[in-house]
Amino acid sequence: MHDNTLALTARALRAGDFSSLELTKHCLERIGRFDGALNAFVSVTDDRALAQAAAADRRIAAGDATALTGVPIAHKDIFCTAGVRTSCGSRMLDNFIAPYDATVVERLDAAGAITLGKTNMDEFAMGSSNETSFYGAVLNPWDHDAVPGGSSGGSAAAVAARLVPGATGTDTGGSIRQPAALSGITGLKPTYGRVSRYGMIAFASSLDQAGTLTRTAEDAALLLEAMAGFDSRDSTSLDEPVPAYSQAIEEPLEALTIGVPENFFDEGLDAGNAAAVTAALGELEKLGATLKRIRLDNVHLSVPAYYVVAPAEASSNLSRYDGVRYGYRSPEAMNDDLNAFYKLNRGEGFGAEVRRRILIGAWVLSTGYYDAYYLKAQKVRQLISRDFTSAFEEVDIVAGPTTPTPAFGLGQKTGDPVQMYLNDIYTIGANLAGLPAMSVPCGFSGGLPVGLQLIGPHLSEARLLQTAHHFQRATDWHVRVPPGYD
Amino acid sequence: MSLNTKDIDKLCELARLAIRADEVADVSAKLSDIVALVDQLQSADTDGVPPMAHPLDRSQRLRADVVAEADERELFQENAPLVERGLYLVPKVID
Repeated sequence: MHDNTLALTARALRAGDFSSLELTKHCLERIGRFDGALNAFVSVTDDRALAQAAAADRRIAAGDATALTGVPIAHKDIFCTAGVRTSCGSRMLDNFIAPYDATVVERLDAAGAITLGKTNMDEFAMGSSNETSFYGAVLNPWDHDAVPGGSSGGSAAAVAARLVPGATGTDTGGSIRQPAALSGITGLKPTYGRVSRYGMIAFASSLDQAGTLTRTAEDAALLLEAMAGFDSRDSTSLDEPVPAYSQAIEEPLEALTIGVPENFFDEGLDAGNAAAVTAALGELEKLGATLKRIRLDNVHLSVPAYYVVAPAEASSNLSRYDGVRYGYRSPEAMNDDLNAFYKLNRGEGFGAEVRRRILIGAWVLSTGYYDAYYLKAQKVRQLISRDFTSAFEEVDIVAGPTTPTPAFGLGQKTGDPVQMYLNDIYTIGANLAGLPAMSVPCGFSGGLPVGLQLIGPHLSEARLLQTAHHFQRATDWHVRVPPGYD
Repeated sequence: MSLNTKDIDKLCELARLAIRADEVADVSAKLSDIVALVDQLQSADTDGVPPMAHPLDRSQRLRADVVAEADERELFQENAPLVERGLYLVPKVID
């Protein structure tokens, strides 16, 4: 049962091959068997999942099922789930029981999907290895000594290990695409505003976007269809119709022009990754695409621009954690004045990486540095965005590597934040420009998975998914199973 | 530029964040590395470029000024570390 994609699972449920209750029990059993080592889940919501599954079976029997009814999924622990701990991977929210559902959760619940649990993540989504989590690192199912990527590392590992057919994630600088690439699965970050941010714990509000981690593009299309759409509770939600993605992907692939940025293939790119991505581009040519070399002249500044804009927004967003209304309160906090109270709660409640980003954010926004850093970064963001706009006048989509290297070793980069940040060198541009982007499995380097990144103009999710779907019909990288998890 | 321990103290005050004395040197070194990274921005020619605040260049949507949420104080206070008679307790501010 667990080797079915999400789409095949949905079909099997409606055909009556097995019930949602049988499938849910099977997935929970696999979580019990494998997750002690992997650590992909922060919370497993067994009772709730079994109740949801029984209800889904009744709904299927009544002929009232949607495409997702009875299908088990998992939510990144950044999405509020009413009555369930929502920790965001932080000690700060270790005791936080969300009083309401995020829109993403509400919509997938309404479609009849089963929530198996909440997945591990870098603390407040700040990380590229899932090692900053208060609940410990997640292991990569392909190599237990390697990271799964981050920040949606738990979702990526859970899907790669066949514990669940699909999971939600969020992507602020690459947090869906990078773990998808490192874990050998398909990750989709939609256009900024495509999926509601309501109930999704905020990191950097002008960049944050919810998306999917699945085995295939077809599965991503099914989940996105249920998640996307206008929400009055998110002030930057796009009021645009949601296409029928799962139908759009089946249409024949038109003669696409694909832009290949030369500067994504510089000396920083691992040779094995370069070979796999180049072969994948050749495969797209065979499917009728025309490749065109392009340059994104300012993309080398995307990491520096991001590490001003994102921390600035984070320092503001995370100011709400003060230990008064919810969240961590130090046992010593009531012994001193109010200022010391705040400082102690926040100093003990946040981990090292989150504290660094809050401090950098406070610094770039402080008197004397605002123009030189924050305003400068916003101008550079404009330049990076314009590079993509110019590129999309000549090409339909941009394709290249998702990451510079395959999965790296646990602990290898934790001592050097800047080295960690450079993992996102190819992914951050799409966030700064608000563009939809995907990572699709396209080969292996040193036995570890490699991702092909596809980036499109605003609201071009259907075309990205369609391209990825046709690529996956012609290749079998996405059906490879990590040894021991088949 | 780099950030010294005095800068870190100031930032910790601005951000209301306590850092243990034995952590300050490490925080200062790592933040200085990050500052060196973001200093690359200074190489970009941004004369006449307007700053970008929203990725889709749209303005904030407005809605009618009407009550949209119910009062759920009791539910929300279940998450509070310390409450008394519906009030959140913090260290004494006024004598």
